[in-house]
Amino acid sequence: MAEMKKRLRVTINGERYEKEVSPATSLLDFLRTDLNLTGTKEGCGEGECGACSVILDGRLVDSCLILAVEADGQEIQTIEGVGRHGRLHPLQKAFAEKGAAQCGYCTPGMIMAAKYLLDHNPSPTPEQALEAIAGNLCRCTGYGSIVDAILSAAKER
Amino acid sequence: MRSFDYFAPQSLGDATSLLRRYGSKSRLLAGGTDLLLRLERRLTEPSVVIDLKKIRALSGIKASGKGLRIGAVTLMEEIASSPLAQGRYGIIAKGAAAVGSIQTQNRATLGGNLCNASPAADTAPPLIALSARARIASSRRDREVPLEEFFLGPGKTCLQPNELLKEIFIPAPAGRSGGSFQRCTRTAMDIALVNCAVFLSLAPKRETIADIRIALGAVAPTPLRARPAEDVLRGKNPDKGAVEEAADRAAAGASPIDDIRSSASYRRDMVRILTRRAIEEALKEALGSRQQKKWQR
Ligand code: FES
Ligand code: FES
Repeated sequence: MAEMKKRLRVTINGERYEKEVSPATSLLDFLRTDLNLTGTKEGCGEGECGACSVILDGRLVDSCLILAVEADGQEIQTIEGVGRHGRLHPLQKAFAEKGAAQCGYCTPGMIMAAKYLLDHNPSPTPEQALEAIAGNLCRCTGYGSIVDAILSAAKER
Repeated sequence: MRSFDYFAPQSLGDATSLLRRYGSKSRLLAGGTDLLLRLERRLTEPSVVIDLKKIRALSGIKASGKGLRIGAVTLMEEIASSPLAQGRYGIIAKGAAAVGSIQTQNRATLGGNLCNASPAADTAPPLIALSARARIASSRRDREVPLEEFFLGPGKTCLQPNELLKEIFIPAPAGRSGGSFQRCTRTAMDIALVNCAVFLSLAPKRETIADIRIALGAVAPTPLRARPAEDVLRGKNPDKGAVEEAADRAAAGASPIDDIRSSASYRRDMVRILTRRAIEEALKEALGSRQQKKWQR
């Protein structure tokens, strides 16, 4: 079938974008390939690992299981928009300080999940922090340092 | 993914006319957490995808004296956290809360979970136990079926190619009632090995079970009503023996499969155990703070 493109208007990290996109493109591929926003990672492509987590209209979601066209008219926060004006977000600082990133592949998704938590619950318990990243897999850290980083960032803010 | 055309109708009428036009060449898209996987793996290759999320009438939870209506594109997270889906409707909130990670909760919908017709769907047994009905729309006529008749097999529902699931209606339970949702899994995030929901109501001013519905998931090609188990308890003031007999009958009626997650015999054992726990918990809830009951240890 001939390629049918759709016009897509989205706001990403406060900036407006308007693009033609094939409906058979995931939001993840759109971010990474069409917009070159490669901070968001693809792990499984199946909604299991959370590496592709973004915040879409205020909700944490896996961008690999969403079509780009579904996001038309919506607002997206990605890892690129978490730090502002060259300054790290308290979560990013805490992840670096606590050694919560090893290979770093899960880190953007972890930070988005952690940010979503702190946006809703500024002083989480360790259990709540662990629960907040339950949809995010990390092969390296064993999660302890990630939970430490989230709790220390929560104190910072 | 193979290429397709995409529509996001704003009204139910527009959606049903698209369905009439494209029928089985199209796939309906709600949250997409199942459909996107199937598109990626080319298990389905529609030429048209119809996104239902922009249709206001399909979204949200409404309560009235008659009962509770949940729109087909209502999110799992919205159901799990809704004050309307608590109390006597609480088991549907528990079922919704059991579906996947936060990311999935924030995207997956009730209608998607049901229409995908996985035998292990966590929202199906609670809704069947609550006597829920599926409200179905098409460009020609609307109809309503008891949810237990909605499922025909794994991945199969009674929806015709020109129909869509509009909402779920749960009739308001009468009198003193209680419910329970139980599930067991390999890991917290995995799909259910077995799940079980019980909803019962007591006879006025007595401790007799006026009516009870027991529904099981992941133990048959469709979510299963355990009628022989219900029959043991209906009209009875049950003791421990009766509860156990009901649980045994539920296990005997299940036809689970062996797969990578678990063996059939383990699943059958779990049916017995979860059913017993669910009946006990539902009874406790219905009886409230009355004295220790004889069915308890
Ligand atoms: S890449 Fe999306 S959840 Fe793994
Ligand atoms: S730091 Fe390597 S996967 Fe988490």
